[in-house]
Amino acid sequence: MDAARGFLIADVAHAARPAPAVRLRDFERRFGNTTIIEGLDLEIAPGEFVALLGRSGSGKTTLLRTLAGMDDARGQDVTVPSARAVVFQDARLLPWKKVWRNVALGLRGADIRQRAEQALREVGLGHRLNAWPLTLSGGEAQRVALARALVREPQLLLLDEPFAALDALTRIRMHDLVLALWRNHRPAVMMVTHDVDEAIALADRVLVLDSGRIVAEERITAERGDRTVLARGLRETLLRHLGVERGEIAEEAGVVHLARARA
Amino acid sequence: MTTLALTSAVRWPRFLLGRWLSPLLLLLLWELGSRTGLIPERTLAAPSAVIGALIGMIRSGELPSNLLVSFVRAAIGLAIGVSAGIGLALVAGLSRSGEVTVDPLMQIKRTIPVVALSPLFIVWFGIGETTKIALIAFAAVFPVYLNLYSGIRAVDPRLIDAARSFGLSRTELILHVILPGALPSLLVGLRFSLSVAIIVLVIAEQINASAGLGYLINNARDFMRTDIIVVCLMVYALLGLGADWLVRAIETRALAWRPSIVEHN
Repeated sequence: MDAARGFLIADVAHAARPAPAVRLRDFERRFGNTTIIEGLDLEIAPGEFVALLGRSGSGKTTLLRTLAGMDDARGQDVTVPSARAVVFQDARLLPWKKVWRNVALGLRGADIRQRAEQALREVGLGHRLNAWPLTLSGGEAQRVALARALVREPQLLLLDEPFAALDALTRIRMHDLVLALWRNHRPAVMMVTHDVDEAIALADRVLVLDSGRIVAEERITAERGDRTVLARGLRETLLRHLGVERGEIAEEAGVVHLARARA
Repeated sequence: MTTLALTSAVRWPRFLLGRWLSPLLLLLLWELGSRTGLIPERTLAAPSAVIGALIGMIRSGELPSNLLVSFVRAAIGLAIGVSAGIGLALVAGLSRSGEVTVDPLMQIKRTIPVVALSPLFIVWFGIGETTKIALIAFAAVFPVYLNLYSGIRAVDPRLIDAARSFGLSRTELILHVILPGALPSLLVGLRFSLSVAIIVLVIAEQINASAGLGYLINNARDFMRTDIIVVCLMVYALLGLGADWLVRAIETRALAWRPSIVEHN
């Protein structure tokens, strides 16, 4: 199936120096006369957590679909691992299949049920194995979607704004969960998001995509959980690349106001 | 205080005050009208006479045997019509070329009233069972076809996309995603097909039948036995109710995942 879609499957295991899990060279994507992505180079190392920021229409979803193998990439220099899994913004569970069957969807081989149960226990849903998806909360549904991705033991995990529809508290819990799962399984991750803070909190590297090109790339070496210091400057830089100009006056006004209050 | 006691003393049982009250009242008036001679027997038999006729017809075996004949007609016609409808909808719903081939034909078929076909069917199949079954089958095809076809087309493309990203083959996609997603629409179509089948059964049985409910009605008409006619009308109504109950029962089992049903469990 992958060959039909024009992929080269990366032979990660046998390379002497770890080859990148994902490699795109001069990638291009058009729909009719509209160019969505042009001249894009991208490499993701095995086990690397990359966040992809971009405005609506910047081509980030198109890029994710290509990496997921959901779009045809024939005739292009695209290398992705064969084991991939996607978590979408809406959990996209099949409402007519119980939770564990959703996780087991498309799995081959023996002990499918055990593998699905194991994955669900890992995301803390061992007690909802036989629940109907429509009875789950938004956070629970998204955890099932994570379990469904993990059970495939992906070398590349694609997250398409996975927490955008969740409330703020659930989102923080999901961030911790995703990091824990990532540490245990070490897939390469590409997370598409709108949320600059989320990108800074989770990723090793943050890319900004604009009009189908990568216009900024920031590598974050600070430990997760210890990023508040660098966050502010980085946040400003990334937001500027996303076309959000923060008025200096507003910032200054805030400082003056605080100083006055203190006095 | 006395008035209060009085009102509570004549308070009607709860079930009589509900939706049963007006039909019961109508029955009472009807019985009263018949007893006083206001409604002549040849216009409409009294409810008590109808019940008497019903018991008599069950005892003599006349009703069960004819009901069975009608039931088998409807069942065979439905089985043929519903299977054909499902088959055609799958062809049209699951492939582009199938859609281009099947759908125009079905839309043309829809414009022809089934009953208007009976002369042609009689010429082809005579006045025996075949014509009756063919009419029922022909009528039952369309509701199932239309609903299942649009149900297949309306399956959430995001779910199909997601299922594809998890490596499902086309067959698995149809089995696990498309067909379960279209099942609610199929059941709606099935419900329509059942009620259409009963209507066509009634019409088809007016064509020179020698057994069945329609035969009973025709005979009763000749002898002006309004009691038997009313009994047969009741049986037709019960058939309709039974068909509806059947689909509901299937829905409760097959659509257990729906929140409205989940909550009731």
